[in-house]
Amino acid sequence: MLLILLGVLVMHLIILILLIVSTAASTWSVGGDGTTDLWYTCRNSNGGYHCKPAISEDWLQAVQALMILSLLFCFFSLIAFLFQLFKLVKGGRFFFTAIFQILASVFVMCAAIIYTVMSPDDGSVKFGYAYVLAWVSFPLTLISGLIYIVLRKKE
Amino acid sequence: MLTFVALASLLLLGIVPEQTEAISIYTGWERHALLGSDVRLSCSFFSWRGTSDDVTFSWTYRPDGSRDSISIFHYTSGQAYVDNKGPFRDRVEFVGNPGKRDGSILIKNLDYNDNGTFTCDAKNPPDIVGRPSSVRLLVFETVPIQAGVITGAIIGVVLGLLVLIVVIYYLMRFLVARRVFSLSVSKHGKKKREGTQARQASSLLSSRKPSPLPPPPLPPLLIRSITPSQTTTHATARVLSHAGAK
Repeated sequence: MLLILLGVLVMHLIILILLIVSTAASTWSVGGDGTTDLWYTCRNSNGGYHCKPAISEDWLQAVQALMILSLLFCFFSLIAFLFQLFKLVKGGRFFFTAIFQILASVFVMCAAIIYTVMSPDDGSVKFGYAYVLAWVSFPLTLISGLIYIVLRKKE
Repeated sequence: MLTFVALASLLLLGIVPEQTEAISIYTGWERHALLGSDVRLSCSFFSWRGTSDDVTFSWTYRPDGSRDSISIFHYTSGQAYVDNKGPFRDRVEFVGNPGKRDGSILIKNLDYNDNGTFTCDAKNPPDIVGRPSSVRLLVFETVPIQAGVITGAIIGVVLGLLVLIVVIYYLMRFLVARRVFSLSVSKHGKKKREGTQARQASSLLSSRKPSPLPPPPLPPLLIRSITPSQTTTHATARVLSHAGAK
């Protein structure tokens, strides 16, 4: 039982770190000479590395908001997990934890989908590692949320 | 100590009068305007001297990507002279108040060619040493949404909903504890050892007259929190089945 709890907690922490890296790193798209989105467009032009704020279009702001929300909800879910670990009655389910984790997975999914659909279609622009991390963290958060639904507090 | 104070005061007296001679000119940093609209470019100055009658304002324009500036406005000796040959012909109007140190102009009916830098230079004789100030004009077809407005709105709304739901949850719990709502509903499965107690409770309930109003259906979340321990749970399903059987 302790092993399961520890495993679930470690998985949750890994998901939180993935979400933080995906939200903060500005490499959702990589082009020939630079990286762009979510926050900055950085170009490696002659003379140096110049960064300017990314385009402030509606869909990009929605992606920013959804990524931040998913990060917040994953964090709330961690707090709720630690809280319910000590306060829950025996046999109770980690309800709040599961709800927040599943909401976080839904938000990450929406953000990744919006970015995929709306990112400008350029031949030379590929998706960067932050984008991949967002897609990876979606099934991980979903599985983690489902585990919390099934998990019951024994002892 | 005294010599230090004397030297410092001499230094200050030496520096300060020079600073009072310079004139400071203020304009905006950037102006955003819609295509076809009018924009007011403000220019004001600060001078240690009083505003003289020979105060002058001049505005020059430098298009984006060009190095040449042309003069589009000049105010001197109480008379305003506007552009009558250049790109701003018949579009510049003086809306400032020289007595109040304001030398603002109004540019009407903007076009994309008006994107550029406008420089205001003011002179207040004998206060003529100063640095002209520039304002950049950007003409848009539609005013773009500020970066971060939508982001902040989405985050604010979702977090607000979350806070609202949590408040409602605790309010409902508080009201149920105060017995404003009566509860006898539970849908989750119980352990085997509580079966007998539940059957006793349900037999007690079935002997009484059934209430005319069914208890309001509440989400399982509430029920989970209401029941302090697993031993005192009511089973409406068993009550109803009992009542139906009888």
